[in-house]
Amino acid sequence: MSEQQLMVEGVTKRFGGVVANDKISLSVPTGSIIGLIGPNGSGKTTLFNSIVGYHPVEAGSIRFEGQELTGLRVQAIARLGLLRTFQQTRIYGKMTCVENMQISVPHSNEGLRTMFSEYPQEVTRKAESLLEFVGLYEKRYLMAGDLSFGQQKLLEFAMALMNEPKMLLLDEPTAGINPTLINGLIERLKRTNTDLGITLFVIEHNMRAIMNLAEYIYCLAHGELLTSGPPEQIQKDQQVIDAYLGAK
Amino acid sequence: MNITGRKPILYGIILIVSLIAPWLMPAYQTQLAFLWVMVLFALTWDIIGGQMGYNSFGNIVFFGLGMYTTAVVQRNMHFSIEEYVHVAGRVEMLTPVQYLEGLFLGMGLGAVIAVAAAAFLGACILAMGMRGQYFGICTLGLGVAAGELANGWEYIGAGSGLVTPVFPDQLGQRGAFFYYIFFVLAIIAFVTLRKLYAGRFGLAINAIRDDEDKAEAMGIYTTRHKIVAWCISAFFLSLTGGAAGHLIGFIDPTEVAFAGSTFGVWMILMAILGGKGTLWGPVIGAVIFHITQEVFWTYLFGWQRVALGALIVAIVVFFPEGILGWVRERWPERFGYRVEKSQAVSSSGGGAL
Repeated sequence: MSEQQLMVEGVTKRFGGVVANDKISLSVPTGSIIGLIGPNGSGKTTLFNSIVGYHPVEAGSIRFEGQELTGLRVQAIARLGLLRTFQQTRIYGKMTCVENMQISVPHSNEGLRTMFSEYPQEVTRKAESLLEFVGLYEKRYLMAGDLSFGQQKLLEFAMALMNEPKMLLLDEPTAGINPTLINGLIERLKRTNTDLGITLFVIEHNMRAIMNLAEYIYCLAHGELLTSGPPEQIQKDQQVIDAYLGAK
Repeated sequence: MNITGRKPILYGIILIVSLIAPWLMPAYQTQLAFLWVMVLFALTWDIIGGQMGYNSFGNIVFFGLGMYTTAVVQRNMHFSIEEYVHVAGRVEMLTPVQYLEGLFLGMGLGAVIAVAAAAFLGACILAMGMRGQYFGICTLGLGVAAGELANGWEYIGAGSGLVTPVFPDQLGQRGAFFYYIFFVLAIIAFVTLRKLYAGRFGLAINAIRDDEDKAEAMGIYTTRHKIVAWCISAFFLSLTGGAAGHLIGFIDPTEVAFAGSTFGVWMILMAILGGKGTLWGPVIGAVIFHITQEVFWTYLFGWQRVALGALIVAIVVFFPEGILGWVRERWPERFGYRVEKSQAVSSSGGGAL
């Protein structure tokens, strides 16, 4: 197994009396596609939020390429190359798709002078080729807010790619997308991983999609890590089935 | 058809009309000068209120800072303070050179102070992550506090205000002189903002307006952009204030310099009327607002404030997105918002607007 890019050790997050994450430990190797599943309210998104610095954690350590993330701010973590997409799709609604893409360039090593510069042609070309990759090229001059939900989701994914991250945390990439388009999306996610070398860490409710996509899956329930293993093993795991359908 | 093709002609006409306007209507030179002040108000407010989505009610602070700094520099350079205060500025005439020196040095210093104030306030308010209504209320407090401070400070005339030196006749007519100062300032501000909005800076503050959490998650330096945006706004506002004090001739702390209930509200209304978050919107809004206001003042005297109030209600009800926003919603293709099938890579769509 290759080097661990993301190491989560004993992370605990409480909201008042509710323990949303209880001593979660997991790791994501460089270049892999790892899945994170669990019933609603099991703490998946909370764990994502903890990793990207959205809120402080009570205990534990999160390391990305050897660097401790707990205590860093959201923007600083994003600039390290660890990027997340949102479950509730978030795009810049009153800007065109191209503008959405242009502003999503990587922001590390950005000085005060770049702030007032214009976008070089390559950026615009790259933006357009990525929009083509997700199938939004023809709509590139439309306001992002006028796109359908599924298209916004694709745009958000393209924006994430524009940022050239090392690792992408995807929060339910297939939710709200037309079933016939899901296969295409999974294909694109796989290509992102193989062609661009971006590590993917994916929250997903669509079992068929995640079993198809991920090479290793962690399952959360009630804020605790229930089990983990390759997709075939998870599918047969009685604990997982109980967590989803309710044990006797 | 895209409107971009006709732009040079449009700019040319506006420039020529603006240049000869004071000679066409000599009786209205001061009002015309104020037209450009209004344009500057709306343009500078729109940087953070429209493009960045941070509704500031306290931008008037920078206007007042520029105004007081310029007047104080002018006074201290040429007069003894006690004597000056005693005779309310009418000690002796300044030579044109003295007048201009004081005016421009004062405006320059005013701009430095206002930008420093914006950076400091930004570091206090914006860097703490204050957003939305909280930011609005906080800035409202700033404007009121600045007025009260000026009201109680003897050095700058306190409640009885500060009179600026008499305009030297050798420089021509006062109205025309300041008309051209504001005209040049407005053009510089417009061109600067046009360039900024078309590049990274514009997109970044637009992103902050549309979804600041997303902008943070994407790694944009949000705090840095917010503070710089406020500083740019403060820079042009303070220069405007510096010249405006000399045009008006008398600086009252709460009625002229930190006039939150008039200038401070108007700058917001004009931007909203024209279409906030657009380049031309504030300009159009300022022109319409200023003309309407002057007409009300002339023909509805006694009721001018009521008519103004009715106008404000009408603006908010019928044009919540402003005139340009409404036009853009009706004819999005004209602004470049369209489905584009051709492979040709054209210039950046409607970005310039």
